[in-house]
Amino acid sequence: MNDKHLHPIPNTGSPITEADLHAYADGQLPPARHAEVDAFLAAHPQDQTRVSDWQAQRRALHALLDPVLDEPLPLRLPLKPPARAFPWRALAAGVAIAAISASAAWMTRGAMDARHLQTVLATASPERAAGGYAQRAAIAHAVYAPDMGRPVEVSADNEKGLVTWLTKRMGAPVRAPSLSKTGYELVGGRLLPGGSGPVAQFMYGAADGQRLTLYVTREAAGGQTAFQFTQEGPVRVFYWVEGQFGYALSGAVSRDELQRVSEEVYKQLQG
Amino acid sequence: MRAEDEALILACIPSLRRYARGLTGDPHRADDLVQDTLERAWSRYSRWQRRGELRAWMFGIMHNHFIDGVRANGRRADQAALGDLPDAPVRATQTDHLEVRDLDRCLQALPAEQREVLLLICVEDLSYQETAQVLDVPIGTVMSRLSRAREKLGALMQGRDSVSRLHRVK
Repeated sequence: MNDKHLHPIPNTGSPITEADLHAYADGQLPPARHAEVDAFLAAHPQDQTRVSDWQAQRRALHALLDPVLDEPLPLRLPLKPPARAFPWRALAAGVAIAAISASAAWMTRGAMDARHLQTVLATASPERAAGGYAQRAAIAHAVYAPDMGRPVEVSADNEKGLVTWLTKRMGAPVRAPSLSKTGYELVGGRLLPGGSGPVAQFMYGAADGQRLTLYVTREAAGGQTAFQFTQEGPVRVFYWVEGQFGYALSGAVSRDELQRVSEEVYKQLQG
Repeated sequence: MRAEDEALILACIPSLRRYARGLTGDPHRADDLVQDTLERAWSRYSRWQRRGELRAWMFGIMHNHFIDGVRANGRRADQAALGDLPDAPVRATQTDHLEVRDLDRCLQALPAEQREVLLLICVEDLSYQETAQVLDVPIGTVMSRLSRAREKLGALMQGRDSVSRLHRVK
């Protein structure tokens, strides 16, 4: 079979081709050409038989397969677009890469002797130390806040158990402030490794699904600082040191919103 | 994604299922194919850009998944020439003539590329041009596959080809 003769270019008046016969059977010819093929078939019974067979095949295939159209759809078919991927996942990856790159940069400075490293750490300003935990708080927020399945280790249903457990592990009385007044309810909490020991993370959720996390650490203990602000991608962080704890409240919300909630946290946790 | 766009995709599903059933001859494998196609369609919807019929675009996605599956399975029954097939009667008896079942068996005996063309044109009513785009082949290839598919299906249905020797891999 020559493709040249199969090419469906129905020119009125030109000889009838194999492609015309197929297009006739499939109803794909313009009316004028269709009439010409009609006339051709009337004079060529063998071709008429072939075309009729093809049309019978069409009907048989429909009879075989059309019932599928009326079957109920199986449950497993995705009938909605997937939930929009949380931009924080990308951020979390980005921050993690940044953190790894930073550590890698430190490593490659391996020529630097341990003594010098200690000096550098010792002379790091309290702000920098605090900034360190604020960044870890932002990463922890980016990792856990988008987690819909298991955002916390211990849920708020067992708030007393959660606080007792975290207090025990942190070695100092930890409290989960009540933020209902600001529109956020406690979801629960988890224990995380910090820069030099355990860290508590409380998670709060608003009715619209927005989440805030309060990061409580003892690594900046002993001082007292004003509110400080930092940002890692879309995650904004207010952090401050009060008594034996450093706190960081993180969320992908506006700075004003975060400050409003931070002030409530501060008020409740003071003293 | 706008609600009416979602509705357009959902409206294609019965047609996708019908096509997949004809391609695979098996309800379970067909819905696997539909599921893969829908997942891809949801995630790539922005790439459709409204060139041509949405249904044809989704058939194109299904074609890619189907062909991947056929390739992954290597030389299987739906690719092998009938003469090469081992002797493995599908039925216990040759007397229960259910024409529809026969047609299904004959359809699955066609090479996959011929089955695709036949179904897109005869059942899904795509134009030859649309079919060429869905399968990403020249229109002349569509026409020759269509011609061969019709000839072969006709021969199989009339018993001029050995349907009873079909080996179906399911």
